[in-house]
Amino acid sequence: MNARRIGAIGAAVALALGLSACGSDDGGDGAASDGGATTSSKKLKIGIKFDQPGLGLKKGTDVTGFDVDMAKYVAKELGTAEADIEWVQAPSPQRETLISTGQVDMIFATYSITDARKEKVSFAGPYFIAGQDLLIRSDDTSITGPDSLTGKKLCSVKGSTSAQKVKDKYPGVQLQEFATYSECLPALSTKGVDALTTDDTILAGYAAQAEFKGKFKVVGKPFSEEKYGVGLKKGDVETCKKITDAINKAIKDGAWQKAIDDNLGPAGYKAGANNPPTPDACA
Amino acid sequence: MGEILRNYDVLDAFWMTIYLAFFSAIGALVIGTILAVMRVSPVGVLRWAGTTYVNIVRNTPLTLILVFCSLGILYILQVSLADEQSATSIRDNNIRWAIVGLAVYHAAFVCEALRSGVNTVPLGQAEAARSIGLTFAQSLTQVIMPQAFRGAIAPLGSVLIALIKNTTVASIIGVAEASGLMKEIMENETASLGVFLIFAVGFVILTLPTGLLFTWMSQRLAVKR
Repeated sequence: MNARRIGAIGAAVALALGLSACGSDDGGDGAASDGGATTSSKKLKIGIKFDQPGLGLKKGTDVTGFDVDMAKYVAKELGTAEADIEWVQAPSPQRETLISTGQVDMIFATYSITDARKEKVSFAGPYFIAGQDLLIRSDDTSITGPDSLTGKKLCSVKGSTSAQKVKDKYPGVQLQEFATYSECLPALSTKGVDALTTDDTILAGYAAQAEFKGKFKVVGKPFSEEKYGVGLKKGDVETCKKITDAINKAIKDGAWQKAIDDNLGPAGYKAGANNPPTPDACA
Repeated sequence: MGEILRNYDVLDAFWMTIYLAFFSAIGALVIGTILAVMRVSPVGVLRWAGTTYVNIVRNTPLTLILVFCSLGILYILQVSLADEQSATSIRDNNIRWAIVGLAVYHAAFVCEALRSGVNTVPLGQAEAARSIGLTFAQSLTQVIMPQAFRGAIAPLGSVLIALIKNTTVASIIGVAEASGLMKEIMENETASLGVFLIFAVGFVILTLPTGLLFTWMSQRLAVKR
């Protein structure tokens, strides 16, 4: 009887704590969206990928990657110290929702600028131009670019832009689709598939991982153009302009190049043509 | 919403959902019946094997079973269910392994539904069957199972509805069924309420009549005692 009573009290306390935690969260959200991303006293919530080596990767409490470094630089230019950044996971299908509901202030998550997305969110940038490329086994000489793919087996992520492009443009290619790119890698090493295809930055990130070093290589003949932008609340021209200035500054003072070399350099990755990009005007 | 229906082949995706559900339901029914017979058989080893299967498979996430079928068996162990040289080997392999995975998983639930059906048959029936000289196999096929199936229709209906909805998991190994198309639409058009509605309504159209049919059948075919 006694134990049960203590249990009930414990449950009640836990419930109350849970409720109050929710309450303070809500307050924080409201304040952040009112004040915009520029107020330095508030935490700046930045959406990144947590599972993309070389771009946005969370290990323990550490976040690393090109997107992360760019986000830190931009945040500094906006007057936010690194300690005041709150990293939020932004998986691809949730990015628009995270922005429009104010759960993040901006998104650096391999976020390609497209017309369909521009209807829901505003973009600053591009801060990088990636291209769809192929990752193959290092000893494979039969694939030299998109033209030598006929009869080959490719792997990509279900529903992704890269997967759809392969289906539309290269009908002679078979496509294995998984939920994440990580699942493609074992299939690639057992020769179940011949290549993994998506943005070259993501491929370089995987090729640079310690456990795959020397096993895979990026072909280096991109066949599409993905302009990575910073996702912002629709119509937030003021923040957009500030971020654009920060991106221009990062390109000029070498921070942009350093971020690429630090994160994607180990795989021998060189930024493709058109890089560094000129950010578009804010609309 | 109309634009989405015009630009994407939603019906084709749902056709794949029906295809997966149909063949895995047959597979699950066959494996599940065998398991149920094993679990009520007088042979201890068979009972143990049936129980072990049900407990292991029922308690394993379906996602894990399907990823294991594709990544584990197809790609790492390289057991192919389709002609490797054909131009559609990846597609065929994925569909077939998805059907195998779904059938194996739902067989555990079919087995338990049938066993509950067996429990609706009074013990006297089995004793009477044995006393007139029928063997175990004869009394099972002639007396017990026909009544057990009729008693298990309602729970079997629930398993089928769950199976139809669970086919969505097959998209993680690349089968082009309904939820796979939903991911594609969300990537291109961004997520909106309309997209969810289309697919939710699609599944309700598939599962609601199934539920009604099985409820009607369970009343119609119930053994009146």
